[in-house]
Amino acid sequence: MRDVAIVSVAQSEHRRAVPELNEVEMVQPIIQGVLEQIGAGISEIDFTCSGSSDYLAGQAFSFVMTLDAVGAWPPIAESHVEMDGAWALYEAWLKIQAGHADTALVYGYSKASPGDLPRVLSRQLDPYYYGPLWPDSVALAGLQARSMLDAGAITEAEMAEIAHRSRTAAESNPHAQLKGSPPVEELLGAPYVSDPLRRHDCAPITDGAVAVVLAAGDRAREWSQRPAWIRGIDHRVDSHNFGARDITRAPSAGLAARRAGLGDGPVQVAELCAPFTHQEKILRNELGLGDEVVVNPSGGALSANPVMGAGLIRLGEVANRISAGEFDRGVAHATSGHLLQQNLITVLEGDS
Amino acid sequence: MAESPDAGEILRAPLTIGYDFQRTTGPVIGAFFTALAERRMLGIRDTGGRVVCPPVEYDPESGEPLTDMVEVGTEGTVRSWSWVSRVREGQPLATPHALALIQLDGADTSMLHVIDAADPSEVSTGARVRVRWAPESVDGFGNLVCFELAEGKG
Repeated sequence: MRDVAIVSVAQSEHRRAVPELNEVEMVQPIIQGVLEQIGAGISEIDFTCSGSSDYLAGQAFSFVMTLDAVGAWPPIAESHVEMDGAWALYEAWLKIQAGHADTALVYGYSKASPGDLPRVLSRQLDPYYYGPLWPDSVALAGLQARSMLDAGAITEAEMAEIAHRSRTAAESNPHAQLKGSPPVEELLGAPYVSDPLRRHDCAPITDGAVAVVLAAGDRAREWSQRPAWIRGIDHRVDSHNFGARDITRAPSAGLAARRAGLGDGPVQVAELCAPFTHQEKILRNELGLGDEVVVNPSGGALSANPVMGAGLIRLGEVANRISAGEFDRGVAHATSGHLLQQNLITVLEGDS
Repeated sequence: MAESPDAGEILRAPLTIGYDFQRTTGPVIGAFFTALAERRMLGIRDTGGRVVCPPVEYDPESGEPLTDMVEVGTEGTVRSWSWVSRVREGQPLATPHALALIQLDGADTSMLHVIDAADPSEVSTGARVRVRWAPESVDGFGNLVCFELAEGKG
């Protein structure tokens, strides 16, 4: 395995809606920023890979348009995934492992504001049994929360505590969209938006972008004083047919964590992509994270949730804290689909 | 990120996207939809002996093709539910309702559908529900309008 690290991270100041910018205009400053931070030009990037969704952009092959943000010249080798940018990072990591590149630019973005996001996300479901019902993403997550509440796997108070802790942590995150939270008692007094979920249980709707640079070996050391090395990365999937599985669990997240070597040593920090409060508890259980692990110091997806970027942001947040010397070993999680169907786990380490 | 130049200057236009192609349902999903038109519910037996409803073409564990269709009940038990307070275009009911995972009698798994109820206080996990059929037979999922609450507790 080649040593590959995250050496630069840039992201938007996330907002509910950015109507004055199109995708190219929103993404371009982030790409410029992620390269400028390491003094690199696009000609020093061997491979570019992005994650975005045509369903959100409202046109086919929308990522081709967004490539304008990378620049029209020189010609580049690039690819795209209709998934979170974390999966684009996985593809770039493979490309570097295969020896076809030493450096890569990876980005993920979306503008969810032009459409009705909970409705658009229903198009991720199968077109026979689930899709025709047009179930919105919040009501679907409510089924999972209810199953956990019924099973005694979580309480509404625990869910409110997760929301409170996340948005309080977001106060120190300059990129967060939602910062600060009323006390837990006040949260629990709020009405349900989709019983058993209250507003605080749900991630916000966000327009935003994130970009990272990957580099192998000496190139990583040249570009970063303390590269955040990818020590393990794996992604797994549970059945989309959630009526036939236990939705209080996400076995694929646990499997990916084992395959990524999470248990090979202690982790100090975890960034978990949990767009709903109860999902953080599922992920903590599947990853076996104890109370000593700092979870979502950025505020997590509950504080800013650009679809197709929120998972890559988790990688960037862990990498930044390792590069800053705050932690030595951390884990980042990304998810895709409904009810934590698909999960990607990355273990990151700094040199001691 | 750049500040808004002037929100009033931003041009807006509606954009409606269609994805209107037809699908072939095949021997398993097609049989389920055909049975719905006859007001019957079908599941399929997997290699472990569980009845999966709605039926799937391949075993969830082994990936083996499945063929043993099994008739299940038109009543069932609520295994989980959430309340849809804001109804969206395309959903089966025009009024607020419950989205639910429903385990039909004779099935070992749950299907996703909606329950017509006036208020979330009427719905609970374990509640008994039954199919409400369309007044006149229509193709496919359309014949299954929704579920409604029935007597008893599962």
